[in-house]
This record gives sequence, C-alpha cells and structure tokens, in this order.
Amino acid sequence: VQERFGNQSFRMERKTIDLEQGWDYMQTGITKLKRILEGLPEPQFDSEQYMMLYTTIYNMCTQKPPHDYSQQLYDKYREAFEEYINSTVLPALKEKHDEYMLRELVKRWSNHKVMVRWLSRFFYYLDRYFIARRSLPPLNEVGLTCFRDRVYNELHSKVKDAVIALVDKEREGEQIDRALLKNVLDIYVEIGMGQMERYEADFESFMLLDSASYYSRKASSWIQEDSCPDYMLKSEECLKKERERVAHYLHSSSEPKLVEKVQHELLVVYANQLLEKEHSGCRALLRDDKVDDLSRMYRLYHKIAKGLEPVANIFKQHVTAEGNALVQQAEDTATNQAANIASVQEQVLIRKVIELHDKYMVYVVECFQSHTLFHKALKEAFEIFCNKTVAGSSSAELLATFCDNILKKGGSEKLSDEAIEDTLEKVVKLLAYISDKDLFAEFYRKKLARRLLFDRSANDDHERSILTKLKQQCGGQFTSKMEGMVTDLTLARENQTSFEEYLGNNPAANPGIDLTVTVLTTGFWPSYKSFDINLPSEMVKCVEVFKGFYETKTKHRKLTWIYSLGTCHLNGKFDHKPIELVVSTYQAAVLLLFNTTDKLSYNDILTQLNLSHEDLVRLLHSLSCARYKILTKEPSTKTVSQTDSFEFNAKFTDRMRRIKIPLPPVDERKKVVEDVDKDRRYAIDAAIVRIMKSRKVLGHQQLVSECVEQLSRMFKPDIKAIKKRMEDLITRDYLERDKENPNMFRYLA
Amino acid sequence: MPPRSASKPSKKRSNPDSVTSSATGPVPSASSKKKASKEVDGTDKLFDKYANASSGVIDPEGIEKLCSSLEVPHTDIRILMLAWRMKAERQGYFTKGEWRIGLKALKVDTIGKLKKALPELEKEVREPLNFRDFYAYAFQYCLTEDKQKFLDTETICQLLDMVLGSTFRAQVDYLIDYLKIQKDYKVISMDQWRGFCRFCNEISFPDMTNYNLELAWPSILDDFFEWLREKQA
Repeated sequence: VQERFGNQSFRMERKTIDLEQGWDYMQTGITKLKRILEGLPEPQFDSEQYMMLYTTIYNMCTQKPPHDYSQQLYDKYREAFEEYINSTVLPALKEKHDEYMLRELVKRWSNHKVMVRWLSRFFYYLDRYFIARRSLPPLNEVGLTCFRDRVYNELHSKVKDAVIALVDKEREGEQIDRALLKNVLDIYVEIGMGQMERYEADFESFMLLDSASYYSRKASSWIQEDSCPDYMLKSEECLKKERERVAHYLHSSSEPKLVEKVQHELLVVYANQLLEKEHSGCRALLRDDKVDDLSRMYRLYHKIAKGLEPVANIFKQHVTAEGNALVQQAEDTATNQAANIASVQEQVLIRKVIELHDKYMVYVVECFQSHTLFHKALKEAFEIFCNKTVAGSSSAELLATFCDNILKKGGSEKLSDEAIEDTLEKVVKLLAYISDKDLFAEFYRKKLARRLLFDRSANDDHERSILTKLKQQCGGQFTSKMEGMVTDLTLARENQTSFEEYLGNNPAANPGIDLTVTVLTTGFWPSYKSFDINLPSEMVKCVEVFKGFYETKTKHRKLTWIYSLGTCHLNGKFDHKPIELVVSTYQAAVLLLFNTTDKLSYNDILTQLNLSHEDLVRLLHSLSCARYKILTKEPSTKTVSQTDSFEFNAKFTDRMRRIKIPLPPVDERKKVVEDVDKDRRYAIDAAIVRIMKSRKVLGHQQLVSECVEQLSRMFKPDIKAIKKRMEDLITRDYLERDKENPNMFRYLA
Repeated sequence: MPPRSASKPSKKRSNPDSVTSSATGPVPSASSKKKASKEVDGTDKLFDKYANASSGVIDPEGIEKLCSSLEVPHTDIRILMLAWRMKAERQGYFTKGEWRIGLKALKVDTIGKLKKALPELEKEVREPLNFRDFYAYAFQYCLTEDKQKFLDTETICQLLDMVLGSTFRAQVDYLIDYLKIQKDYKVISMDQWRGFCRFCNEISFPDMTNYNLELAWPSILDDFFEWLREKQA
C-alpha cells in the first residue's frame, strides 16, 4: 500500500511494528511537541517527521492481528494528554492565583488545543475507521475531554471567582485586561463543545448573581443620595457600560440576561421610590417641564415589562390636575364676576384647554415616543376634566359658544385665516373628549342658525371647513342637518331672486313692502316655537303674496311661518327727525299698532296681538324700558306690568339715523337640554331595538353594555335611563323577559 | 273583590250568555247526558241567584251578595282566586260562561259546596306554578280600559296587600310605604308588578344582601332598595 505525501513517494517495508517499539517512536514525536509547547528551543515539525509519525500509526493499525494495535493506540493517545496534564499543566496552574492563574490557563488551553491538533493529525488513521467501527468519540473530542475533565473541572470555580473579581474591579473604575477575560471566557464556551451549558452553569449564573448584588448595593445608596434625574443618568450609564462589557469579553448570549438583572436592581426594585421622589420624581419633572429627563425615564422604563405603567399613570394624574385647575379657575372667576365677563372667562378656558392639549401632546410624541399608553393617559385625563360643568354651562355648550365666537362677525377678525383654521381643527379634536357630543351638536346647531339667519356669519369657507372637520371626526350623521342648513341659505337666495321676478311679473300681487323670505327645510333646523300672533295687515298681505308665489313652485309643501325670527325695518316719524328702526317682527307688530291709536293699555295690546304675557312683557320692555324708548310707558317704572299703558314717543331721538333695537335673547339652554334628552330617549330605544332584533336573545348586562357602546359616539347614556327604556319597551311589547331567567331578554317580532 | 276602578264600562264584551234566563227549570230530555246537564242546571240555577236579571251577568252587587253567602269579605283574596279559576275577564263581573267554567273546575254546584271548596282552591292557587299565573292575572284583572297597560299606585298598594300580604308581610308593608312616598312613579306596569313578586321570593329580607343593582331588576325596585338602605342606615 502506498501513500503519497507531497512529491515523494514512499515505500516502506512492511515489517511488523511491535507496540512498544512503535509507541517509543511516537513518544519522540510527543516529546518534541511538548518541548515546542513549553517554549523550549525546538524546531517545528517538518513534513517528513510528520509523515513518519502518521505512517507509524497507520501501520500499527493496519497490521494483521495480533498486531493490530488500534485500541491500544487509542488509549495511549488519551493517556498522552493525561500524562502531560498531570505532570506539567495542572501543577503549573495550581501554583498560580488570580490574574496570573488566568493568564496561565489561557496559555495552557491554547497549548492544549495545539497539542490536540497535532496529535490528532498523527493519530488520524484512528479517526478514519476505528472510532466509527467502535462508535467511540473522535480524537478531537477525546483530547478536549481530557482537558475538561482534568483541568477545567478542577479549576473552573476558582477561575470564575478571579474573573468576577476583575469585572467588579472594572465596575469600580479600574482598568483591567479585557482581552485576557475574553480568552478565559472563550474557554468556558469552547469546553462546552457546542453547548453553552458549561459557560452558563459554571460562569454566567455566578456572574449574574454577583452583578445583581453589586447593583443592588449601589442602588440602595444612590436612591437615598441622588435626585431622580441623577439616578436615571447613572442607571443609563451603567446599562451602557454593561452592554460594552458584553461586547468586549462576555458571550453575546449574556447580554439580555445581564441587562435584565441590572435593570431589575436599578429600576424595578426602586421604581416606586424613584418615580415618587418628592422634589425630583416624575411629578416634579412634569411640573418643571424637564423634557430631557422625562425622555430618559421613558427610554429606561420602556424596556421593562409593565415599567411604563406607573409613569403613564403619573402623567395622567398630572394632566388631569392641570386641567382641573383650569376648570376651577374658570369656575371661581365666573362666580366672582358679572355674567358677561364670566362668559369671556369661559372662552378663555377653552383656549387654555387647547393650549394644555397641545403642550402635552408634544410630550406624548416626543418624550414618550407616541407610545399608546401615553396617548391613552392623555385621552383619559382630558375626558375627566373636559366633561366638567363650569358655572352652570356644560363643556358641550362652552365649546359651541367658542365656535360661535370664532365664526361670527366681529368674533375673530384679528386672526389670520390660517390661525382660524388651526383653532377650528383643535376645537374639533377637543370634541373627541366630550361625552355629550349630541349636546354640543344641538348647541352648535342653534348658534349656527342664528348666524345664518341674521347674517352674522363671518366667513362661508370657515363655516364649511368646520363642518367638514366635524364630519370627519363624528361621521356624516352628525353634520347632515347642519350642512342642510347651510344649503338652505344658498337655496333661499335663489328663491328670493325668483320671488322678486314673480313680483315683477305680477305687479298687482306686490305687497308694497320689500319682503325677503327665507324658506327653511324643517328637519334641518332647530325647532322654533311659532305661534299665531295677529299680524298687522301689511304683513298679512306679505304672507299671502309669498304663499301665492310659493304655490307656483310647489304644491306639496306646507309653509309654517316663524315670526320670532323675522326682522323688520320701520321708519319712525319722530318729531325731531325720522329714524329707521331695525326691530324683530314681533316688535314691529307692537309698534304698528300705534299707527292707528295713540295710546294703548297693556291689555289692549295683549288682546290685539294674541301673545303670551311672558312674550309681551319682554317686547314692551325692549321698546319702553331699555336703551331706546320708542314708547313711553305710564307709569314710567323700570319694569312692565299688566296695568301699564303705552304711547308712541314722538319726542324720541338719537344721533344715528338707523338704530337696532335688540330683543334680549331667550335662554336657549333649558330647551336645548330638553330637546337633547328627548332625542336621547329615542336613541336609546332605537339602539335597544336594533341590538335585540339582531341578537334575538340577550342577557341584561350584555344588552346594557352593547347599548352604551353603540351610543358612545354621541353621548354617555345613563344606565338607569337605559333600564327605564327597556321597561318601556317591555310594556310596548317589543321585548319580553325570558320565563326561566328574568335577567335575559327576548326580542318580540 | 279587588278594588274596582270608577265604573267606565267601555270594555264591550259580546256575551252570548246574556240571555235573560227565566227561573224555570230545564226541560226534561231523554239525553244520556242527564247527569251533566243536571250539573249545568244546578250551576246555572246558582248563577241566576246572583245574576242581574236584565244584564244576565253577575255584577258588582251580585258579587257582594255572593261574598256574603260565602261568608267571605268581598275584598278577600279568595274571590280573586275564584275569578282566576273562572278566567273572568272583567273586573266586578262574572258571565255565565265564566261561572260555569269555574264551578265545573271546582266540581261544585251549590253555594255550600262552593264554600267548602274555597280552602282547596286557595291551596291550589298557592302552588308555585299556579301562583305565578294567578299573580299576573290579578294585575290583568284590574285593567278596565281596552288598551290600558298600567295601574295607579294606589290600586297596586291594595293589590299587593291582598295578594302578597299574607305571605310577605314585611316586604309588602315596606313596599307600600315606599310607593306612597315616592314621586317618580305614578303608574305601575305588568313587568314592574311581576318584579315585586320576584323580589319577595328571591331577596332575603330585610337585609337584602343578595340584591344586585347590576341585574335586570325593574328600576323601581332599584329605587326601593336604595330608599330602604338609606332608611336602615
């Protein structure tokens, strides 16, 4: 059999090599190798020597029995290591300590690997056939196992202690030999021969324990001495250093475990004390706008399971407190001051709430990286104080008034279009926090109606813009009526043009007074009381003329006149000079009575006009007791009573040629609330029926919660109210209770 | 007899039995149903004794007479139970048909037998399943108008006393107190009425520890519960 090595071909006489002889030869090679490893002057193996050694093994393994010495050679291979370790390696290690021992270990390990490499090359033939045939560990493994069993097992504990001591030294700021530690720890890894078990059990677990207790000690003193920001800075630094440590000499798999331990000792154990530190904790940071520190707090606690919850909670409490303070401020101002100043304060409140929202939204986005917990905290905080009443007005009303102030003429003329758009945008966002959205809608609608009907709207584009925003946020149903109102106005203008044309073509029909009529689609507009006042004949003619015109356009609609919303321009022929009076239709009706009679008693007027006492008093007051006394009242007391009488005040004058005589507005609030309550009852009924129709059978609690959910877009239904509606629906035979379980309801088709 | 509302006889009944019956006996027939017809005859005879001759039904006056024959006060629950047995539709009146049904069910045809049957009747009615039906009937029976769905609280108080008073004295007394004091409810529906019975049966009293506001008790009972709790505090 020939083997080829390099360029030489070799012919060896197959003389039987006996074991002792062969082994003696091998020993020379081993000794040479040892000398090299010991650093003694010894030349390296050349290829001829290598081949000789290899071939010796080969021959001894391929000889015919009883001279096939595979098993013996396999054993002797291992014994070679054992002998070397026992005689030289171990003693060398045992006599050293600490860092010196570590260095020695690294050296010896490296040597051992070289030895294994060389010897396994010499004995390679065993690897090829023998070990497979006998299912034995390969040579490489045998070699490593020797080191593991004889050296590693002896020393790993001592080594571990030395390593950890160095780690702690480094933690205290001293310089250590990182490369050395890396090499030592590589041994733990390699000795596992593919598994991380040895590294984990013999080193890592201890290292983690030690690290934990190290940081525990540090934390317990830092938490006493340091402010929250300082403590956080230190923690951040420690975590950074520990990560570096892993990168430099620990195994990468240790990183998450080590980080977790450090986090636990520094941030979890003392979380409460840290966050609640009196003058520097989370609350204080929020109070003092310490954005950087809060960002750090977020970064640190973000990686800890449930770590952010207490932070978010404090954030929520802080924002709620700030909001509540604003509300309280407005409430206090309102109770201390006159009504009109108070209402300005209420508008200021809305502005401040918007600013608060902007401020803390920045926090949520920047400090807290838009984390859902903080979005939620902000939302919940706002939901708490945004639903508080201020001086008797609900937040829904305040918000609607705020919008009215922006959108009406003379409201926000100083602001740029952009600023207005921006404010409207923010107002709509605030609406999301208000639970009584339907109440807002109703107030808004009422005020919108006023703006539209009395031409008080500042800018059409803004009017439409806010409706678009409301639609986006609350859905089409929310804004459909309002949009209808705006459209009605446009149609009304076209209608008026046709009406004027009609009058042009029918001169006989002309009432002799300039008449402008705005036709409103009933469903869109708020409901207005309109009752049959006895109109003066001039106005009666107007009504009839328009009716005639309207019938030419459509025969299927009924016109209901709302005189309470009308305006009239009268020429007052006063002694000094004529003055144009701009009054409401009702006021005009009162005044025109005096065209035919000089003096009228309260009762006369009451009878002739067919009004209620409440309304008449209000009207007469505005004409005789307010700023402009168009009528003189007898007696001239400050209020109107039913025994008074009135006369046209011919002596009246004013420097203006035209004056507006306003009627004090009726308090809409009560009616709005009533209307909304009524609508809510219908809405609850509808929701219950809808749910039951689809579910057929449902338990009480589930029905209530689904009902609340369905209605939550518009308002927060009172549980008691839902219960009452359910009972009403039972009586009306929409639902029944299940016979066996009275907490279960069935839909009755 | 349960309390009558002001007489507004707007409930029109087509009453096939309101034939003016003469006091003559039945015509003897060779029918094999002689026994049955005899029974009916007896029953009818008894009916005629109390019925109003012109209307052909037993009216409130007749019922009063019946009560004294039975030696039972006319506000006694047993008359209501009798009405229930008869499936009487109109409060204060028994028709011939209803009379027949009732007496047949009780297997009686004389006043004496009827009187003796009353305890048995009461026992039967108080059986849980029957009582449930009877209890609802009591409410229904008091409705006089066609589409009426509610009874005023005064009537309810009297009804509660009559129907549940003997079994649930304490609950009834408190309920009546409450109903008289409160201002939110002027009328009571069938569902609420049923709720009272359920309350008495299920809720331990007077501690009411097993009452749960989260359940589907009619809200009048929630209010009663809160009122009583406050009183007990």
